[in-house]
Amino acid sequence: MLDTPIVHFDNVVKKFGSFTAVEKADFQIARGEFLAIMGSSGCGKTTTLRMLAGLEDPTEGNILLDGEKINGKPTWERDTPMVWQSLALFPFLTVQENVEFSLKMRKVPKGQRRERARKWLDRLGILEFADRNISQLSGGQRQRVALARSLVTEPKILLLDEPLSALDAHLKVRMQSVLSGLQKDLGITFVYVTHSMSEAFSMADRVVIMSRGKIEQIGTPEEIYREPRNRFVADFLGSSNVFDGSLKSSGNEVWQIETEHSSFTLKAPSEVQKTDGSPVAFAVSSENMSLAAIGTPWAGNSIEATVVGGEFAGASATVFLETDQGQELKVQKGHDELKTVDIRAGQKLLVHWLPEHCHVLPGE
Amino acid sequence: MTGNRNPLINGLLKLHITLCLIFIFAPIAGSFVFSLNSDRFPSLPLGSFSTEWYRLIWEDPLVWAGFFNTLLVGACVAAIATLLGFGGAYTDFRYKFFGKPVYLALALLPPTIPVVIMGLAMLAFLSRVSLSGNVISVIIAHGVMCSPFAMAIIRLRLSQMDPDLEAAAWNLGGNEWVTMRHVIIPFTKPAIYAALFITMAVSFDEFAVAWFVSGLNETLPVKVLGFLQGQVSPRINAIGSLAFVSSISFIVIAQLLMRNPESKPS
Ligand SMILES: Nc1ncnc2c1ncn2[C@@H]1O[C@H](COP(=O)(O)OP(=O)(O)O)[C@@H](O)[C@H]1O
Ligand SMILES: [Mg+2]
Repeated sequence: MLDTPIVHFDNVVKKFGSFTAVEKADFQIARGEFLAIMGSSGCGKTTTLRMLAGLEDPTEGNILLDGEKINGKPTWERDTPMVWQSLALFPFLTVQENVEFSLKMRKVPKGQRRERARKWLDRLGILEFADRNISQLSGGQRQRVALARSLVTEPKILLLDEPLSALDAHLKVRMQSVLSGLQKDLGITFVYVTHSMSEAFSMADRVVIMSRGKIEQIGTPEEIYREPRNRFVADFLGSSNVFDGSLKSSGNEVWQIETEHSSFTLKAPSEVQKTDGSPVAFAVSSENMSLAAIGTPWAGNSIEATVVGGEFAGASATVFLETDQGQELKVQKGHDELKTVDIRAGQKLLVHWLPEHCHVLPGE
Repeated sequence: MTGNRNPLINGLLKLHITLCLIFIFAPIAGSFVFSLNSDRFPSLPLGSFSTEWYRLIWEDPLVWAGFFNTLLVGACVAAIATLLGFGGAYTDFRYKFFGKPVYLALALLPPTIPVVIMGLAMLAFLSRVSLSGNVISVIIAHGVMCSPFAMAIIRLRLSQMDPDLEAAAWNLGGNEWVTMRHVIIPFTKPAIYAALFITMAVSFDEFAVAWFVSGLNETLPVKVLGFLQGQVSPRINAIGSLAFVSSISFIVIAQLLMRNPESKPS
C-alpha cells in the first residue's frame, strides 16, 4: 500500500454545462508530497481541489484516494479536510469549538475532543485565544485556527485553497514557513492551490501549472524553471524570451534554427527528436541575454533591437526591446553591466546570447 | 449625523418626524386615555379615572374566548410560517434551478394580494375542502399570509452567511442533516426567533382574512368589529390598548433579536 500514490487523477474531466473547467487531468500525488497547483484566476485550480475533496463530482474519469476509487463518495465520508480561501470559520463558535467541530462530527467524546483541540491550538501557538470569538482574532490568527481545525483529525492529506491570499506580504512569508515546517513535521501530503508563483516555488516539492482547465506542466520548481515545456509556461514564468522557427540542420552537437529574424545556433537537446524542416520553438531566459552597442563583434547568437523602456527594481534592471519584426524581448541585467551601454528609449542595440542558453520547448 | 447641516433644515426635519409620530400614535394614545376614562362616550373634558372598562372585558367570557383564539392561532401560525419561511429561504440559499425567480416571486407574493381578495379566496377554497369556519382555517390562512415575512427575514440572514460555511461543515465530516443542525440553524437562530415574533404579531393584528374564514371561532380583532357593530363601548378602547401593547412587544423583541446577529447565542 505504501508505494501506491496517495492520490491518482485518472483522466479526470469536469464540465459545468458545456463549459470545460478541468480538461483530462492525469497525474499522481506521492505520499508526503507538497504539491502546488498554480495558475491564473479561473483556470480550474479550485475545481480540481474540490473534486478531490468530494465537493464536485468529476464528469469523466476517476479519482483514487489511497488506491480506492472515490468518485461519488460524499465529502463527509472522506478524510480530505480543506483550508478555504475565505477560511470559512464558524462565526457562532469559539476558537476551541471551531477546532473541535470535526471531532464532534465523528462523535469523539467531549473530554477527548477538548484535549485534542487544545493540543493543536498549542502546536499552532494560539492556545491563549481558545475561548475567543472568531471576530476577535487577527488575519494570521484566523489562518492558524483554520489550519488547526483541518488538522485536528490527523488526516493523511490536507487541501489548501489560496489560504494566504488575504494576508499582507510580511505575514504571508511567515505563514509560508509555518506551513512548510508543519508539512515536514507531520509528513502528510499537502495539496496547495495558489496563483502566486513565489508561494508555489518556495514551498512545493512539485508544481502543477494549469491554464484554462489544462495542465501545462508538472515538475519540481527547478525543472519547470530550467526547462519550461511550452510557450505558456515560459511566458507564465515571465522571465523568458520565446523564438519560433524551423529546424534547418540538426547535427549531433548543434542545431541551426531558421527564424524570421535570422538563423540561430543552439546546443542540440538530448531529449527532443525532430526532423529537419519541422517547426521548433525555443526559450532564452532574460538573465542569459546581454546587450552591446551595434557593431560589437560577437560569436554566439545575436539580434538587433530597439529599446522601448526599462524597469529598475532593486539590484537588477529589466530592459524591454523590440526587434524590427515586432517581437518583444526583455533582458535582465545588474546595474553595473548596463552602465556600459546606452539604454535610452529609441536606441538600437545588439542583443546576444550563447547557444547553450537556448532551451527547446518540447511541448511546442 | 447632524454634522454640518443647516440648523433650519435640521429643525424642519425634526418637526417632520415629530408630526409623523404624533399622527401615528395620537389615535392610539387617545384610545388608551379614553380606555381609562369613566365616561361612556369619548369626549372632552374627560371624566374621572376608571378601570371599569378593563374590569368589564376581564369579566366578559367572549373576550377571553377571542383572546385565547388569537393566542392559539398566533402561536401555531408563528411556528408554521417560520418553518415554511425557513424552508423557502434555505431553498433559495442552497439551490440554483430553472425558474427560480418565478419560485421566489410566488413564495413572496401573498402580502401583496389585497386582503379582501385573499380572504374570499381562502374562504372559497377552505369551504370546498371542508376546512372553513374553525380555528384551523384561520391558522391555515394566516400561515399562508405570514410565511413570506418569515422567509424574507431568514433569507436576509442567510445572505450574510459565507457561502463556503456549509460546504466547510460537510468537508469536516458533517452530513447534510447534521450540518443543518450545527451550522445553518445556529447561524440563522436570531432570524428564526425574529421571524417567530413578527409572524405572531402579524397574525395577532390581522382582521380581514380571519373575519372571512373564522366562522364562530373569532379572533380578537374580529370580536372588536362585532362590538362596534352592536354598540359603541369604551371596552373597545381597553381591548385596543391591550392588543397594541402585545403587538408592539412582539415587534420590539423581534427588532432586538435582529439588531445584533453577530453576538454569540448561548
Ligand atoms: N459551480 C460552477 N458552475 C459553473 N461554472 C463554474 C462553477 N465553478 C467554477 N466554475 C467555472 O470554472 C472555471 C474554473 O473555476 P475555478 O476552479 O474556481 O478557478 P480558479 O480556482 O483557478 O480561479 C471558472 O471559469 C469558473 O467560472
Ligand atoms: Mg480558486
